[in-house]
Amino acid sequence: MSSLLAQLFPPETTRGMELSADVLIVLTSAAIIYVLTRYHKWGHLWREWLTTVDHKKIGIMYLIAAITMLFRGGVDALLMRGQLAVPNNHFLGPLHYDEIFTTHGTIMIFFMSMPFIFAMFNLAIPLMIGARDVAFPRLNAISFWLFAFAAFMFNISFVVGGSPNAGWTSYPPLTELAFNPGVGQNYYLLAIQISGIGSIATGVNFLVTILKMRAPGMTLMRMPMFVWTSLVTSALILFAFPPLTVALAMTMLDRLFGTDFFTITHGGMPMMYVNLFWLFGHPEVYILILPSFGIFSEVVATFSRKRLFGYSTMVWSVITITLLSYGTWVHHFFTMGAGPGVNVFFGISTMLIAIPTGIKIFNWIFTMWGGRVRTPVAMLWALAFIPTFVVGGATGVMLGAVVGDYQFHNSYFLIAHFHNVLIGGTVFGLLAGMYYWWPKTFGFKLDERQGRWFFWLFFIGFWITFMPQYALGFMGMTRRMYTYTTGYGWSLPNLVSTIGAFMMGAGFVVFVYSIVYSYKHGERDLTGDPWDGRTLEWSLPSPPPAYNFARIPVVSDRDAWWEMKQHNQTNVVQLNPNDIQPIEMPKSSSIPFLMGLAFFVGGIGMVFEWWWVAILGALGVVALLIIGSFDYNDHEEIHAETIRHTEASLGRLQG
Amino acid sequence: MNVPIEPELQNTQVPLEFTDQHESLKILGFWAFLATDFLLFSSLFAVYAVYQSRVGMSGPTPAQLFHLGPVLFETVALLTSSFTCGLAVYEMRHHRLKGTVIWLAVTILLGAAFVATEISEFLGDIALHDTWHHSAFLSAFFTLVGTHGSHVSFGIIWAITLIIQLLGRGLTTITTRKVYMFALYWHFLDIIWVFIFTVVYLSGKII
Ligand SMILES: [Cu+2]
Repeated sequence: MSSLLAQLFPPETTRGMELSADVLIVLTSAAIIYVLTRYHKWGHLWREWLTTVDHKKIGIMYLIAAITMLFRGGVDALLMRGQLAVPNNHFLGPLHYDEIFTTHGTIMIFFMSMPFIFAMFNLAIPLMIGARDVAFPRLNAISFWLFAFAAFMFNISFVVGGSPNAGWTSYPPLTELAFNPGVGQNYYLLAIQISGIGSIATGVNFLVTILKMRAPGMTLMRMPMFVWTSLVTSALILFAFPPLTVALAMTMLDRLFGTDFFTITHGGMPMMYVNLFWLFGHPEVYILILPSFGIFSEVVATFSRKRLFGYSTMVWSVITITLLSYGTWVHHFFTMGAGPGVNVFFGISTMLIAIPTGIKIFNWIFTMWGGRVRTPVAMLWALAFIPTFVVGGATGVMLGAVVGDYQFHNSYFLIAHFHNVLIGGTVFGLLAGMYYWWPKTFGFKLDERQGRWFFWLFFIGFWITFMPQYALGFMGMTRRMYTYTTGYGWSLPNLVSTIGAFMMGAGFVVFVYSIVYSYKHGERDLTGDPWDGRTLEWSLPSPPPAYNFARIPVVSDRDAWWEMKQHNQTNVVQLNPNDIQPIEMPKSSSIPFLMGLAFFVGGIGMVFEWWWVAILGALGVVALLIIGSFDYNDHEEIHAETIRHTEASLGRLQG
Repeated sequence: MNVPIEPELQNTQVPLEFTDQHESLKILGFWAFLATDFLLFSSLFAVYAVYQSRVGMSGPTPAQLFHLGPVLFETVALLTSSFTCGLAVYEMRHHRLKGTVIWLAVTILLGAAFVATEISEFLGDIALHDTWHHSAFLSAFFTLVGTHGSHVSFGIIWAITLIIQLLGRGLTTITTRKVYMFALYWHFLDIIWVFIFTVVYLSGKII
C-alpha cells in the first residue's frame, strides 16, 4: 500500500501548488456529484449526453471540453508569465517550470485546438451540407470519448504520478528512461496516442460525410468554404497522424520495453523521431489553421452581405497549401546539420506557402470591398485576424529564411511567431466560429456588449503580450528559460508581456461570465436565421431538431439559403403535413463511452506499468469491438407523427 | 439507415453490399482507414530501411538473423490465404453461404499457420538472445514484422466473428459488406507482407 502511494504521489508531486490543485479537483468533483445526485440528473446525463450519437450534442461536448482546456492551458501560461515578470524570480522552480510549459503546449495543441476544431465540424458541417448526421455516428461518439478520456488522463498527470517535462515536441534522448525517469513522459505518450486514434477516426468520418452525404445538387464547387477547408483538413489528418503514431510508439517501446530506437550506443538515432514528428507536425499546423480560414470565409461573406470573392481561387489555394505543407518539415531543424542544399530546398518550399495564403487574404478583403459590412463580435474576430495573420506570416517568412533561422531559432522571436499565427489565426478563427454558430447551436445569442469587452481585452492583450517577445528574441532571450538576471535589458519587455497575458486572462473571465449571463438573459433566436445567413444551416430552426432536416433540401447554387431568400423561396422549408415521411436515425449507444473508458484503463496500466490493468483495458477494447460488431439494432425510426408534432411546434407546417 | 440506391441500379449486377447506400459508405470509410494504415506501415518501413545496417556492437546482421525457409512457408501460406479469401468473396457474390463460410474458414487456418510460424521464428530468435533490446536494427525489425503479425492476428479474430454472424444471419447487405471489408483488409495485409518479404528478408539476405 505504501509503495503504491509512493508511486502515485512521488515527492515531486507533493509541492504546495499540486496539493492545492488536488484539493480543488476533489472539491469540484464532489460538488458535481452532489448536484447530479441531489437533482436526480444521473439518468438524464447518461441517456442524453454520455450515450448520445447526435453530432450536435457531440459538438457541444467538444466545445465544453475545449473551453475547459483553454482555461487549463491559459492558467499554465499565466503561471509562466508570472514567473518571468521580474528577473531572478523563484516562484516556480526549474523542474516545475519545465512541466508547466510542456503541459501548456501539449494541451493547447492537442486538447484545446483539436477538439475546438472538431466542435466546429460537428456543430456546422452536417447542417451546412443538408445532411441528417455524419457518415458514422457511433464512430463519431467513439472519437469524442477517446479524446475526452485522453484529455482527462493527461490532466491528472499534474497530481498523480508526475507530469511530462520535455516540451510539447518531446524529443529524445531527453525523453528516454535514462534521462527522464518517472511516469510523466508515459502520460504524454499514451494520452496523445489515444486521442490521436480518435482524431484519425474523425478524419475518416468527415471525409466520407463531406464526399458522400451532401444534399442533392450540392456539387463540390457549390460547397460552403468551411466545408471545403474541413474536407482538406480531414484528408490532412489521415496523412499526418500515422507518422506521429509511429514516433510516439517508438518512444514508448524504448521507455517501457527496452528497445533501442533512440539509444545511440546501440545504433539508435534521435533524429529519426525528429523527422517523423515534424512530418506530422508541419501538416498539423495546417490542420489547425485551415478550418479557421474556412470560418473567416463564412463570417466575412455573411457580414458583408456578399458572395465570397474568388471562390475557386480560394479552393485551389487551400489545396495548394495542403500539398506544399508536406514539403516543409525540415524547417523545424535547419540548424541540426542537414546541409545547405536540403535547407535551401525546404526554405523555399516554406516560403512558397505565403503565396496561396496571401491570395486568400486579398479575397477576404475584396469580399468586404463594396459590401454592406456589419461588425458583430464574430466579424470583429475575423477583422482582427487579418492584420494579426499578416504579421505572423511575415515573421514566418523571416524564420523560413535559412540564414535568419540560425539567428532566430529557439529564441523568443520563434515563440512570438507561432503564438502570433496560432492565436491570431486558429484561436481568433475558432472564436469567430463559436460566436457565429452559437445561436444555431444553443438557440440564444451571446451578449454582444460583453463579447466586445472580451474581444478588446483579448485582442489588445494579445499584442501587448507578444510584440515584446519579438524584441526579446532579438535581444537574445531563448525559450524555456525559467528565470533570468538583470543587465540584459529583458526586464521591461518581460513585465509588459506579462501584463498583456493577464489582460487576455481577464478577457477570458468576461467571456465565461457572458456565457452564464446570456444563458439567462441573452436574446433568443426565434427565426433560425439571426445573422441573415447564406448557407443551409440558417434555414433550420435554432437549435435544430434531432433529425436536422425533415425534408432534405435540393441545392441549385452556391450560398443555397441566400439564393432561396433572394428568389422568395424561403417557404420551401414549410412542409405539407401529409408529405412527412418517417426518418431513420442512429440509436444512442453506451459502447463509445465504454470504449473511451477501456482505453483509459489500458492507458493508465501502461503509464504505471501495471500490466494486468493494461491487459484488462486491452481486453475491454476487443470485447467492445466484438459486441459492437454483433449489434445490428443500431437504428430507430422517428415516426411521422412525432416529426409532424415537432415541426408544427417550430411553426414549419403549411396552412 | 437502409436507404436503397436509385432503382435503375437495382436490376444491374451491383453486388449486394453496394445496394445499400449506408453500407457502401462504410466501405469508402474503410478505404480511408486503409490509407492511414498504409502510411503507418510506410513510416515503419522508412524506420527499418534506415536502421537495417545499425546492428550495434556485436550483431546479428540481417543476413545472420533471417532463415528463408520458414519465411518462404509464411509467404506461401499468406498468399494462398489471400486467394482463398478471394474465393470466399466469389462465393458470396454468387449468393452461396456455405462456400463463403468454408473459404473464410480456410483463410483463417492459413492465417493461423502464418502467425504460428512467425511466433516460432521470433521465439527461436529470442532463445538465441537476439531480442529487440540489442540493437536498433532488431528493434526496427521486430516492430515492423510484429505490427504486421498483430494485424494478421486481429484479422483472424475478426473473421471468426464474421463466420458466426454469417451462420446466424445469412447473406444480407450488412454481412456481405462486412465480408467485403474483411477481404479488403486481408488483401492489404498480403500486399504489406510482399513488401516485408522483399525489403526485409530478401534484401537482408543479399546485402
Ligand atoms: Cu513548420
